[in-house]
Amino acid sequence: MTNIPAATGLRPIVSIRDVHKSFGSFKAVDGVSLDVASGEVVCIIGASGSGKTTLLRCINQLVQIDRGAIWVDGELAGFRIDGDKLYHLPETEIARQRLATGMVFQRFNLFPHLTALENIIEGPIQVRGRSKREAVEEAHALLKRVGLAEKANSYPANLSGGQQQRVAIARALAMKPKVMLFDEPTSALDPELVGEVLAVMRELAASGMTMIVVTHELGFAREVADRVVFMDHGAIVETGPASQVLGAPTEARTSAFIAAVLA
Amino acid sequence: MSQSAASTAALPDISGHSIVAERYWGRWIAVAAILVVLAALARAFAVGQIEWAFVGQFLTARAILEGLANTIMMTIGAMSLGIILGVVTAIMRMSPNPVLKSVAMGYAWLFRGTPVILQLLLWFNLALIFPTIGIPGIWSARTVDVMTPAVAALLGLGINQGAYTSEVVRAGMLSVDVGQYEAAKSIGMTRLKALRRIVFPQAMRVIIPPLGNETIGMVKLTSLASIIQFSEILHNAQNIYYANSRVIELLIVAAIWYLAVVSILTPLQMLLERHYGRGAGVGR
Repeated sequence: MTNIPAATGLRPIVSIRDVHKSFGSFKAVDGVSLDVASGEVVCIIGASGSGKTTLLRCINQLVQIDRGAIWVDGELAGFRIDGDKLYHLPETEIARQRLATGMVFQRFNLFPHLTALENIIEGPIQVRGRSKREAVEEAHALLKRVGLAEKANSYPANLSGGQQQRVAIARALAMKPKVMLFDEPTSALDPELVGEVLAVMRELAASGMTMIVVTHELGFAREVADRVVFMDHGAIVETGPASQVLGAPTEARTSAFIAAVLA
Repeated sequence: MSQSAASTAALPDISGHSIVAERYWGRWIAVAAILVVLAALARAFAVGQIEWAFVGQFLTARAILEGLANTIMMTIGAMSLGIILGVVTAIMRMSPNPVLKSVAMGYAWLFRGTPVILQLLLWFNLALIFPTIGIPGIWSARTVDVMTPAVAALLGLGINQGAYTSEVVRAGMLSVDVGQYEAAKSIGMTRLKALRRIVFPQAMRVIIPPLGNETIGMVKLTSLASIIQFSEILHNAQNIYYANSRVIELLIVAAIWYLAVVSILTPLQMLLERHYGRGAGVGR
């Protein structure tokens, strides 16, 4: 794992250039450009339907963009460049590109037929081709890191929401991604379970992991984010240091949103 | 609904009372009635014109046991073919590729749209359309030599079964949350790997009960192949009674064997269901 101190890496690891995505006539993402530097923690905030989740899913190609370009770790996502033409990549190449990103879902999406440990070793063994012994060893270390060393053999159904989400974070980390994507990781949790997940994310940020976090947790954003991006109607309205965007927003829409969340 | 302290104090003290077990009189009456009916039926069959000695004698006759073996083999063969075709067809049907999707839908339409007995007759009489079959220049054979009753029955029953199984498998795949596909993709799995490792193990819980149903159906559906001279158990039982006229006795022999085979399949299905129930619900 790279240990670049937060916000000092200048090389952008994710570059989003004028990305558009519509679902039918609904413009979910409408011309977004954003650079995320290696080691940076970026929180994306905004109301439901503002396009923040869609933007996140475009980065790891769960959603195909209509227009624009997304570069992840120096590679153009989803396309091969040949002369002045772009060719769609085959599915195996897209699967390989996805390894640069780890995704944590709002509803955890753990594999219910596998134990916590089996959830974590599935990718390293089946996709990365690691040996089972190695994968299990690392999975135990990851479970310890997220505070669930004793839950290795539990099935997801027997874990609380907070525990499931921590296993899901460990599952994503096991693939050794360059960037971690979080899609409202605490929105489906009971209020008393939010803290344990945020604590794991805080530790991850401190370790130098590049993180893009779609969240409603303004407190977390204020404390951990190097930069906060506020989105509305599929576009970026305002971006800047957390203290500025959350503390002294320059745009009226931003202050209205923050007031509504804190109300 | 508030109770005053005075009325609460007036309630009788029943803390020392014991609860009397329920008597279920209705159940006892029903059991008695069923026993009477069963006894009457047993008596009727005992005094009826059935030579039970023949039933016992033919139960293990060589032709019957051979028929039984053929029935079991055909069930396994046709179900295996049906499951392979069903899984492939379901994956094609669920694929984003419109060509694969159309082929899958066409297959199900054709084979679910015609009676299986008609399909059996078509396969068996394939020689009338194509006297020889093969790959031009490499291999060819007379169709009548290739299309034996067993081959015709296997193709007829298996391909028909595949069309039905594809819908069972598709229902199972649809039962798995779309988030599971996304999580599998997010750890770098291709569609086929995600299906094999993540989706199918979960879909099996939904697939197995109807598939068990279809397997039991297939045990009995093989009897249809008797019309194309496949020597399964009913066909052989009929051949015997054509010779000795013990119609009922031989039909009872066949019935006993069908019941025996189906009785073995039911606990097998329960074992499979338990295996694929891992992680479902609490307690593990």
